[in-house]
Amino acid sequence: MQTAILAAADLDQLIQLLIVEGFQVIGPVRDQHAILYDQISSAADLPQGWIDQQEKGSYRLEQSPNQAYFGHTVAANSWKKFLNPPRRRLWRASRENGQLVFQAESNEAPPLAFIGVRSCELHAIRIQDAVYIQGSHPDELYRSNRQRLFNVSVNCTRATATCFCASMNTGPEVSLPSDINLTEVIDAEQHYFLVKAGSPAGERIVAQLPTRAADQTAQQAGREAIGAALQQMQTGPRYFDSSDVKELLYRNLESPSWDDVAERCLSCANCTLACPTCFCSAVEDSTDLTGDHAERWQRWDSCFTNDFSYIHGGTIRESTRSRYRQWMTHKLATWIDQFGHSGCVGCGRCISWCPVGIDITEELLHIRAAEAK
Amino acid sequence: MSAAKATVAVWKFSSCDGCQLSLLDCEDELLAVAEQVEIAYFMEASSRQLPGPYDLSIVEGSITTPEQLELIQSVRQQSRFLVAIGACATAGGIQALRNLVDVKDYIATVYAHPEYISTLATSTPISEHVTVDFELRGCPINKQQLLEVISAFLRQRRPQISDHAVCIECKLSGVACLTTSRGLPCMGPVTHAGCGALCPRYDRPCFGCYGPKENPNPDAMSQWWQASLGVDSVKIIENMRNFNAAAPAFHNAAERMNTGGKDD
Repeated sequence: MQTAILAAADLDQLIQLLIVEGFQVIGPVRDQHAILYDQISSAADLPQGWIDQQEKGSYRLEQSPNQAYFGHTVAANSWKKFLNPPRRRLWRASRENGQLVFQAESNEAPPLAFIGVRSCELHAIRIQDAVYIQGSHPDELYRSNRQRLFNVSVNCTRATATCFCASMNTGPEVSLPSDINLTEVIDAEQHYFLVKAGSPAGERIVAQLPTRAADQTAQQAGREAIGAALQQMQTGPRYFDSSDVKELLYRNLESPSWDDVAERCLSCANCTLACPTCFCSAVEDSTDLTGDHAERWQRWDSCFTNDFSYIHGGTIRESTRSRYRQWMTHKLATWIDQFGHSGCVGCGRCISWCPVGIDITEELLHIRAAEAK
Repeated sequence: MSAAKATVAVWKFSSCDGCQLSLLDCEDELLAVAEQVEIAYFMEASSRQLPGPYDLSIVEGSITTPEQLELIQSVRQQSRFLVAIGACATAGGIQALRNLVDVKDYIATVYAHPEYISTLATSTPISEHVTVDFELRGCPINKQQLLEVISAFLRQRRPQISDHAVCIECKLSGVACLTTSRGLPCMGPVTHAGCGALCPRYDRPCFGCYGPKENPNPDAMSQWWQASLGVDSVKIIENMRNFNAAAPAFHNAAERMNTGGKDD
């Protein structure tokens, strides 16, 4: 389908169409002090005119000089919470007349439509697909949420300081498929979206929108806007060549840098829970007071906890050094062997949401520098 | 019938009674608890006292008097399982602030007749005196966690009580971090989970009332607070010296901050 122009004032029509189609629409909203992905019911729920400034251990919202809907970058949370909820019951069992009766959970939730998915985030979802769907034990809830998902992606036209998708080759321009792709163009005279359908479902929705064909000038404006985000990253401190990172880490499993980062790391797990690709979960069984009812719950877990590597009588990774090394080497190196691609999409969340500002890109530099010594 | 039920005793040492009250607060579940166990000794709830031994003793409070030194030994001897509940029983409580000063000065200031007061120089957790089978943290404890511990005891399984950071509860609840999004000093990254991120969910940084999490790193957090959040050392020490002032990780971090980063 050709690229079309949708006036910014008509963005709400896209959301309303999705709602009419039966989707629960999720998009960025402004919480008190951060942008979060949450349910929306109209374009008025979007954080229009707000942008984020992210740095090591710091996230601040501020008003933008313009009224862009998607001038902010990635939200505090990621889309993974909607595809694989942080806590969920897997099954219940009860004892009835001496017999155990099991009841599995079914997915009653409506299909989801995400609006505002960035290129790095599409990569993150693809990475989680590999974990949850393509493995030998597919996760039924994830698969059901994912198969029914309608994805409206947005090209980034601005990067914040922690963004490094340009280093991980995952953005800022959307290259993976989505149902509809948007590029927001805004200047003193005009405010519109370049709209491109990427699937039959997307084409059906776009056909119902009040669009007009995008001329060369409009398309060029979109390319320039994305180019600006790319340039911000390329001239920033987190632009690096990631092609040899796997080998670098494999060569440096005993680098003194691990001791250094362990001094600073709180093993609080914020990085892993903010990360859009970290997928680990814990399974917890409990009984009630009567002992006649039992439940099994799954919740997000983290390799930064003691319990995570607890196996029959002991914890394998007691020290922060071993936990941080496990996380970083998995994310950037062993993940590649396991799944065929890096586990990092360069969204920068682990940098911004670390309460002591540990920066994975800086740690890579430290390891590289220590090796060169 | 009742002979087949496990007997439970609830003991109070130096404490405010808030944790015992958590058991009485289990209004919806109280009948179920009473059906499953024989409450043999629980002075806060009933003056009926059945003699020991007890299958499960739930112990609240810290050890602060000479009498308590003896009583806790007797409680241990009469109890098959002993669970310490709350910051007092697991870390000495807020009254462990006395451990940092000469308690005689406090007694002279507070009481008209200090000669009537018989107290120890320190407030110490139960585990410093007897073997404790499980410690349930919090100031006060979370009643759902108490029910989980009792249920686990009844079914002879491990309680599902996580010792990771409060941060995990914030992230699972969808709370945007107060430290990173607003620069507020929050004890969450070094504090044991269990409250369900109660304070951060109500827009208040964590007080650390569940005490240190496993593998805590309060020094690194304090350094970040000073260097990046502009928090002064007095404020950091106040955060460490709270309900769990005598918990070793918090105590040592406060001491190091007090002595300018040098170990004693």
